[in-house]
Amino acid sequence: MTASTMSPKSSVKPILRIAVPLVVWLGVWQLASGWVGRELLLPAPASVARCLVELSGTGAFWLSAGYTLLRVISGLVGGVVLGTALAFLTHFCTWADWVFSPAIRVLRATPVVSFILLVYLWVTRTNIPGLIAGMMVLPVVWGSLTAGLKAVDGQLLEMARAYGFSLLKTLRLIYLPSLRPHFTAALLNGFGLAWKSGVAAEVLCPPKWAIGSSIQQARQALETPELFAWTAVIVVLSLVLEGLLGLWLKPKKEGTV
Amino acid sequence: MIQVEHLTVSYGDKVALDDVSLTIPLDGITALVGPSGCGKTTLLRVLGGLMAPTQGQVTGLNPEQTAFLFQENRLLPWRTVAQHLTDVAPRHAATPPEEWLSLVELEGEEGAFPAALSGGMARRLALGRCLALGREVLLLDEPFTGVDAQRAQRILQRLKELGKPVILVAHEPRLAENCHRIIQV
Repeated sequence: MTASTMSPKSSVKPILRIAVPLVVWLGVWQLASGWVGRELLLPAPASVARCLVELSGTGAFWLSAGYTLLRVISGLVGGVVLGTALAFLTHFCTWADWVFSPAIRVLRATPVVSFILLVYLWVTRTNIPGLIAGMMVLPVVWGSLTAGLKAVDGQLLEMARAYGFSLLKTLRLIYLPSLRPHFTAALLNGFGLAWKSGVAAEVLCPPKWAIGSSIQQARQALETPELFAWTAVIVVLSLVLEGLLGLWLKPKKEGTV
Repeated sequence: MIQVEHLTVSYGDKVALDDVSLTIPLDGITALVGPSGCGKTTLLRVLGGLMAPTQGQVTGLNPEQTAFLFQENRLLPWRTVAQHLTDVAPRHAATPPEEWLSLVELEGEEGAFPAALSGGMARRLALGRCLALGREVLLLDEPFTGVDAQRAQRILQRLKELGKPVILVAHEPRLAENCHRIIQV
């Protein structure tokens, strides 16, 4: 057997790592549901699964999930682009640092609910979740990249100056690779935050097609299994996309950061 | 000829070079020697334009024509050996980067990343990159740290054959002896 060959034991382990907690927590949920004895308060996993299957057979389900995804991703992209641009601006320009850094810190410290309700006064419902997601992601990306820019090796920058690197080359060969771990962490943290804040905004300011709106409707109609089903959709979508994002951001070659 | 006149360099209260005057011919290999902390690296950094003197001046050398080998390797962990050279080589360089790799005895390591190199190999890569800059004067701060003595002598011989003026900081007496001249700092 070569070193690269996986033994049956090692191939079973990843499956067990997923299956064991899943079975344990589903069991706990089932027991708790049986103990409570009221579907309205805590539906059984089977009821939620049945509801999820019924929902996934409707066009509204896919439209809601698709639009929510679109809003969250557009907010994430907007927050990442703006956060990155502001991190570079505040790092290299003292004036910009004085003007923007306190404002971004205030943005970071403000509760998301305050923003949602404030933005509701200014923006149409459809645009609120994306905007809120972007506003939550921006300070995270800015903070992480600002710390990364401060940590760029001064000796490498001196080498770049001594060897006549252009600004673009310095950016490509030193800044961007040095910032990669900070950017990856910011993107993964920002992604989770974008989901939570985006869906929260959909619940408070429900647009036409949205997971958050469906959650709100299920809550008002006391359809607890449906509420659980939509929550499960959010969790699954978030985990799958976070996994895909993690794979995409994973260094591909030896030596890369 | 490089003329160093009444050169003083201070870092706050600490004086690294105190009123140093000397002449360095711009041909062959010149070794700067002296005890640790005597200011050899500081002098080299002033010659390379990396540091401004507190007092005094240097004439006869354009820092833009110098290639500086830092005391630390300052390699990029995410670039391969070959990329380190192509990254700095002028677009229409007379000498292809592979020749510099051969000069520093790193043939066959083109695809390796710095993390996979030994200390001596990393030092030779830093030297190769400095050479690939294609500049007129080489300023080398302890170029053979971690490189075995025989290999260091072979590379020094090849540097002599290049015919470019080299000013290097040397700690090894045997290495300094094989240079064209020794200047005590």
